[in-house]
Amino acid sequence: MALDKNGIAKRIAKELKDGWYVNLGIGIPTLVANYVQDDIKVEFQSENGILGMGPFPLEGEEDADLINAGKQTITSLPGSSFFDSSMSFAMIRSKKIQLTVLGAMEVSDQGDIANWKIPGKMVKGMGGAMDLVASAENIIVAMQHTNRKGDSKLLEKCTLPITGLNCVKKIVTDLAVLEVHSELGFVLRERAPGVSVEEIVSKTIGKLFVPDNVPEMSI
Amino acid sequence: MISKVIHNLDEALDGLEDNMTVMFGGFGLCGIPENSIAAIRKKGTKNLTCISNNAGIDGFGLGLLLENHQIKKMISSYVGENDEFERQMLSGELEVELIPQGTLAERCRAAGSGIPAFFTPAGHGTEVAKDKEVRVFNGKPHILEHAFNASFAFVKAWKGDETGNLIFKGTARNFNPSMAMAGKITVAEVEELLPAGSLEPNAIHIPGVFIHRIFKGSVFEKRIEQRTVSKHN
Repeated sequence: MALDKNGIAKRIAKELKDGWYVNLGIGIPTLVANYVQDDIKVEFQSENGILGMGPFPLEGEEDADLINAGKQTITSLPGSSFFDSSMSFAMIRSKKIQLTVLGAMEVSDQGDIANWKIPGKMVKGMGGAMDLVASAENIIVAMQHTNRKGDSKLLEKCTLPITGLNCVKKIVTDLAVLEVHSELGFVLRERAPGVSVEEIVSKTIGKLFVPDNVPEMSI
Repeated sequence: MISKVIHNLDEALDGLEDNMTVMFGGFGLCGIPENSIAAIRKKGTKNLTCISNNAGIDGFGLGLLLENHQIKKMISSYVGENDEFERQMLSGELEVELIPQGTLAERCRAAGSGIPAFFTPAGHGTEVAKDKEVRVFNGKPHILEHAFNASFAFVKAWKGDETGNLIFKGTARNFNPSMAMAGKITVAEVEELLPAGSLEPNAIHIPGVFIHRIFKGSVFEKRIEQRTVSKHN
């Protein structure tokens, strides 16, 4: 069965390693924070200026001066720090943040990502996404495998305006875990429980390499 | 001691004219200079080019200047939550330049640091890079971006003293420090305005040298855009 949003987040949480600083984008990526394994310590960065972001506050304890980049009220954990926007992107550009997780509208088999603009629709802006994808060494995309029309979001070439080139390393969708390889394109590493390799192949337009053994993901 | 204290909003906006480029601190509605925005609305200054990460919401923040048709152009990274903004943008009344958030911050920081331009990887290969010089450093392409040039910067801090030293609170810091450094004239509004010597020098985020005018804001509404809470156990 295809994963739901929490399933995708849960699978991505298994990628986190002890000691990592992690930036989570808006949407499914935000849910990853709920599934961090007990035996590791990570700190979440939000690009509006906090490291050590905690869960949402209890009702009545919201602080207008403490939000994340999605403008949601949050809390800070022991050991957290605040800083200004230029320092926030300084740590992003200088690769002090080990992992970026973000959503996408399209990803190409070369690791290009499009996630900020749909021609003909109101453009809201790229926020920090272009800075993050241009500098992060480890980018995981969290998204549905197909769009609402059922078309593949894993393409040979992005059709929507690009956010960044050759940057995505791994993609976790409702159907599969795929890595991006410079020659092989998408490499199918895992499939969602009960999802067949054939279904994934049929819903992937970009170049796809299928190894002999594609295990079901354990979540 | 050099005093930066001003005593009324007319003094705060002295020299602000139509067609100027103006910076506003804040991220969403967090840490925005509410009192200065209200005063600019009252003054009615027109055709402003506004540099601000976001554009406020309907009826609050920069939304107040938008609905009064005082903004000619917005330079922002994200402008999502504003119907009047969308209407003016689609009708062509409002010019919009969208730039990556880190580049926006660095163009402010550069302006306040005497750095005219810099190379960044953000936006390479995208429409942001159009007509910009590209150079390869360490095997990776970067694009040339320039420091902003703003006549005024309006910022908001938590505490300030008479000499203009500022301390920010939580994530209300965001763009305020780098914009405070960047303004030809920087106007800081603070929640608490204290005598010189009241703030611990080690704790100052922005030294008063960058601040030209400081005043205690009369009202800080501090609206929350996305109120999200955890359940009590």
